Amino acid sequence: MADFEVPELKEYIEVPKYKDGTMAHSSPYIAKEKFQEPLGYPGELIENWEEKAIEKMGELKGKYRSFQVFLDACVKCGACTDKCHYYLGTLDPKNMPVARQDLLRKVYRRYFTFAGKWFPKLVGAVDLDKDVLDEWYSYFHQCSQCRRCSVYCPYGIDTAEISMAAREIMASVGVGQKYCNEIIGKANTIGNNLGLPEPALADTLEGLEEEVEEDTGVAVKFPLDQKGADILLVTPSADFFAEPHVDGLIGYAKVFHEAGASWTISSYASEAANFGMFIGSYENMRRLSLRVRKAAQDLGVKRIVFGECGHAWRVAYSFLNTLAGPFDFLDPNYPVPQHICEYTYDLIQKDKLKFNKTENDHMTLTFHDSCNVARATRMGDKPGGQFDIPRAVIKAACNNYVDMPADTIGEATFCCGGGGGLLTDDLMELRVKGAMPRMQALKTVTDDYGVTNIAAICAICKSQFTKVLPYYGFTMDQIVSVHQLVSDAIVLSDATSDDADDSGEEQE
Amino acid sequence: MSALSVTYAILFYVATTVLIVGLVYKIRLYAKTPAPLKIPTTPAPVTQTGVVFRMAREVVLFSSLFKSNKWIWIFGWMFHFALLLVLLRHFRYFVDTSSPIWFWVPLIQPFGMYAAFAMLAGLGGLWARRILVDRVRYISGPSDHLMLALLVAIGASGAMMKFVEHTDIVAVKGFFQGLLTFSIQPLPGDPVLLIHLALVAVLMLIFPISKLLHAPGIFFSPTRNQVDNPREKRHQAQWTVELEADGGNK
Repeated sequence: MADFEVPELKEYIEVPKYKDGTMAHSSPYIAKEKFQEPLGYPGELIENWEEKAIEKMGELKGKYRSFQVFLDACVKCGACTDKCHYYLGTLDPKNMPVARQDLLRKVYRRYFTFAGKWFPKLVGAVDLDKDVLDEWYSYFHQCSQCRRCSVYCPYGIDTAEISMAAREIMASVGVGQKYCNEIIGKANTIGNNLGLPEPALADTLEGLEEEVEEDTGVAVKFPLDQKGADILLVTPSADFFAEPHVDGLIGYAKVFHEAGASWTISSYASEAANFGMFIGSYENMRRLSLRVRKAAQDLGVKRIVFGECGHAWRVAYSFLNTLAGPFDFLDPNYPVPQHICEYTYDLIQKDKLKFNKTENDHMTLTFHDSCNVARATRMGDKPGGQFDIPRAVIKAACNNYVDMPADTIGEATFCCGGGGGLLTDDLMELRVKGAMPRMQALKTVTDDYGVTNIAAICAICKSQFTKVLPYYGFTMDQIVSVHQLVSDAIVLSDATSDDADDSGEEQE
Repeated sequence: MSALSVTYAILFYVATTVLIVGLVYKIRLYAKTPAPLKIPTTPAPVTQTGVVFRMAREVVLFSSLFKSNKWIWIFGWMFHFALLLVLLRHFRYFVDTSSPIWFWVPLIQPFGMYAAFAMLAGLGGLWARRILVDRVRYISGPSDHLMLALLVAIGASGAMMKFVEHTDIVAVKGFFQGLLTFSIQPLPGDPVLLIHLALVAVLMLIFPISKLLHAPGIFFSPTRNQVDNPREKRHQAQWTVELEADGGNK
């Protein structure tokens, strides 16, 4: 099936001895001029790129405290060396977080520190040349910005910050990544990463309405561009047709239907994911975020709710207020934005949703904490709500639930292997190998508890698992959306006359 | 006044100046560099008080390192806290017995004395990992080994003066108290003492230009010192405000 060796799944995750250069060949396609220039980057490697790259590095360390402090503070203690899923899956020592950072740090030292200027050999400082740039391009596209290393670093050094800065530096001298930059272009011009124009989107949503009505006999609506709706739903565009994403979207619609909410999707901001973060570009991230603001204003909504998407939830929860705020024109009684899991969870708490859990009895579920939800965001009022709330939603809809081993979930969760702008076919080997630790944990609960399915709340995780599960002897349909479980178990109150009677119990 | 005393006096004035000026420069740089985005590693505290506790756990207990690797934690923590005790013990060479802050200095002496061994054991453990664990060997550069060598040499030479080859400690105290009042007093010429002091001066000189910056750095680490409240409170930096003024959030 593959032209590379798929890692073997063992009893538990072993920390392997490193093997030099196993992934040195891995490199995604470089963006052509037509994808570079609309984002404000040169079309190809510029003439005096060494000088410009160093200049950019200097600019970034002046703009981001994280970058400056993280470059200085590392003591090479080794705490992070066995924490990256790409290291565990590929054995390439440059995939150890500290070694990845050092690819950039050695250049920083050469140009910006006393020791690196005068004693380069002593502190491992090197000049920036084409070989270094090529190595950057390879290994900074072997980091999914999942932040697992930052949990374990005694100084909180987050390799994601270094990777983002490195990508921004490379793009600014003409070496951008095709996958990300092409997608950002589509989101900028059409409104979503898939390049789905408004008529196609309208068509898709109409199709979904028919499908759900056929299935349930209930007219569940999927409104588009409805002015005056209360809630704007911003969801990853994969939710519009990819499996199992779309089943999640159906789940959101049913929840809104049950809540009696007036909601809408916007064709202008029909994308939750914000790839501006992957390439480390504040400006691009902001431009994409402003679409959400504009859509909310144009449609006159009162609330914004985000669908199931991991890095998207990071940009939404942690950055949206900074990038595109203030959101003083929205209803102040609700957080801006809210996660669909928070929304559903609130309704469950208020007893406004009814479930027939036996609908999901053919499955035993486990939950994959998506990296950026786990380590870069929150849900609800309390720290850790990002772990409890999705699980509470799953348990409300399912009888059989088991967690994967404790050191592979929660803040210790392993990335799916495809996050951070790596979900592209030209990085398939990396994606498969990087998924090893997660697959390992899944195998453990499959063997021990008969787990049949793994639920996730991230479009990238879902697409990635669909692709990589088969490499490890699982089947692609074992990955499910959390709101797919909600969708299958939720009892729609006007489905039959029986249910209509029950609706009298509703409070508030 | 001997040339030796003058040389060491100059050495310590220079080292102290470099240490203070260098650290002030770096701390100002960290403090002035904006953190435009909220990036605490979550779950993170939702209040400022919570952040103070989180930071205290990191600085006092090395809590993230504890989660990460018990061996590095044991050796690292042992070294750092032994070093703290040893440093506190050294106050006796600067503080006058008549000083109001003198009272705790004798109390700490026995702890500080034996902490020297814990310090050396911790450093030995950390160094052993650099040599024995393939991953840590891979990431270790010459400067990482030299830093350990320097600290071991400082600890060993110091312990030697306490337990093997005493020096005229009253004269040493006289020398350093003299430095505090800008009068150069005679420094004993014992080789172990001179090595110890020279290495300490080297450590002070390289502090602001080396990885020892992890000490001030941790307090400025945005993943550890930010409050998790981006939805409740709009977070902005000066340059993002200017960017907005240019384009407007429309």
